[in-house]
Amino acid sequence: MKVLVPVKEIATVEDEFEIDGTAIDERFLGADLNEWDDYAIEEAVQLQEDGVVDEVVTVTIGDEDTEQTIRQALAKGADRAIRVWDDALEDLDLLDVGAKVAILEQVVADEEPDLVLTGVQSGDDSFGATGVALAEAVGYQWAAVVNQLDLDGDTASVHRELEGGIEELTDVEVPAVLTIQTGINEPRYASLRGIRMAQRKDLDHQTLADLDVDPEAIAGDLNLTAMYEPESESDTTVFEGSADDTAGQLADLLRDAGVAQ
Amino acid sequence: MTDVLAVAEHRQGELRDVSRELVTAGSELAAETGGDLHVAVIAGDVDAYAEALSLEGVDTVHTVAYGEEFNHDVYTQVVIQLFDELAPSYLLTPNSVNGLDYAPAVATRLDLPLVTDAIDLETAGETLVATREMYGGKVETTTEVEADTVAVTIRGAEWPAAETGGDPAVEAFDADVEEGAIGSTVTGFEEVAGGDVDITEADLLVSVGRGIEEEENLELIEKLADALDATLSSSRPIVDAGWLPANRQVGQSGKVVTPEVYIAIGISGAVQHVAGMKGSDTIVAINTDPNAPIMDIADYAIQDDLFDVVPALIEEFQ
Ligand SMILES: Cc1cc2nc3c(=O)[nH]c(=O)nc-3n(C[C@H](O)[C@H](O)[C@H](O)COP(=O)(O)OP(=O)(O)OC[C@H]3O[C@@H](n4cnc5c(N)ncnc54)[C@H](O)[C@@H]3O)c2cc1C
Repeated sequence: MKVLVPVKEIATVEDEFEIDGTAIDERFLGADLNEWDDYAIEEAVQLQEDGVVDEVVTVTIGDEDTEQTIRQALAKGADRAIRVWDDALEDLDLLDVGAKVAILEQVVADEEPDLVLTGVQSGDDSFGATGVALAEAVGYQWAAVVNQLDLDGDTASVHRELEGGIEELTDVEVPAVLTIQTGINEPRYASLRGIRMAQRKDLDHQTLADLDVDPEAIAGDLNLTAMYEPESESDTTVFEGSADDTAGQLADLLRDAGVAQ
Repeated sequence: MTDVLAVAEHRQGELRDVSRELVTAGSELAAETGGDLHVAVIAGDVDAYAEALSLEGVDTVHTVAYGEEFNHDVYTQVVIQLFDELAPSYLLTPNSVNGLDYAPAVATRLDLPLVTDAIDLETAGETLVATREMYGGKVETTTEVEADTVAVTIRGAEWPAAETGGDPAVEAFDADVEEGAIGSTVTGFEEVAGGDVDITEADLLVSVGRGIEEEENLELIEKLADALDATLSSSRPIVDAGWLPANRQVGQSGKVVTPEVYIAIGISGAVQHVAGMKGSDTIVAINTDPNAPIMDIADYAIQDDLFDVVPALIEEFQ
């Protein structure tokens, strides 16, 4: 059995930042492996360690800089990686769900995985829709927000985490796309040996043409037209001063409210 | 004229709150262009749901009595058929765990652009303008969608619930569900996070988030909770890491709490966390990041290092 794990490198923002047009000014941006994808990688690697899965392949849409993040996934145990990038992607300020799916569906067609494990969402643009949209595009079954997975032959028995502390138990036919929720496992840190081995693993770069992706499909219909800091909706009292001062003010507040003595 | 099709959500016999908010969002959109608002309700006791959905602004409720609970294959098939039948411009669903289990599939099949987790919607001529957050709520964005038909999932608790007193037509829609295409089966439900402590009962909650960094540091927050005679709760990453049991988690997938005072320490205030604590009487945030969303929701904020403030606060109560 083969597992494909789409892995995203997300942009992280410093505490204090500036906005430049419809994006955060690059000076205030960092990069990180998407938290949810970390759990998807771990789930795939554990399935491999359990002998259920033979190969774990990752796919990332990203420029050369993302190879650092991709190597992290390889160091944690993925066998090889595909990185999709193209000049045509360079100028887009938003890669919407449809565009991601147009790319990933070609990768699924090439790789023919039995399972695709995506994260529930990405921490930066948080569309939360790529996994399920991909499933429909490639004709796989799916389940969103999975926090427990048991594979038994052609059936994936999953728990879907609903709102309010309720889980839905669902059986899904394989091949399937499952979107993985944090907490399903404990993602490992890459070992030194893992990091060394990752350097030698296959990291294959593909362009849109290599994958036969229609460039039209990438443009998308969504245009980001503004980005701004949210207007304050409440009037917050900010306690000022040293830690001792602010702690003192908070202590008074708690005593006045009668919740602490 | 643009019609709107909104798909209601229910679970275990109850219409979920977001369904009524969806009606408000849908009727606002429909009103802007003089179109109709169609509401679909699928599975379960659809007649009872239709009754509950007879809200201000709804023109027609379409009922599909197939199955008892949500099944994404059934929802996907039925919504596609309704969309083909009614030819609306906008498809609205909740941005819930179940909404995100079928809306992306419907959008893909119908080739509709998809905007998820919208917190505001407007139309400008033929263009839909959606407001969304990015980077965990640190910024808001507007997105314009250039298409005649669009699928949108809306965030809960952003629109008010629609008023009762509407008088929609209720029509049973004769959906043709292809059983062979149903590849998933819901086998049951499980309630999680029982246990010894009930954080929903507490008057004072000391709640800790990822800002605590290491499991060893949790002791500091436990000491504070002891000193204040408060109950300890947390955001999700603390529970995911196994540092606290699931019954301590506040938020969308944890507990909804309404204490007199909620002290959020090293918690950013992600929407799924806020869903669980925004009903607190007084919210206090201790956070180094002045732009963290929690600092805006809070009634009182301390912008400082928790490792300085918390020891000083413990001192105050010893
Ligand atoms: C389907 C779904 C369901 C979810 N359900 C829940 C849920 O029920 N509950 C929940 O909480 N989350 C839930 N989440 C996760 C949620 O999206 C966030 O990832 C999570 O709430 C973040 O937790 P946090 O605020 O502790 O961590 P972060 O977002 O990482 O924030 C840490 C904060 O600590 C601050 N900080 C760091 N160091 C210090 C310091 N020394 N002193 C003071 N402050 C400091 C930082 O400035 C930051 O604001 C859910 C997500 C999804 C997709």
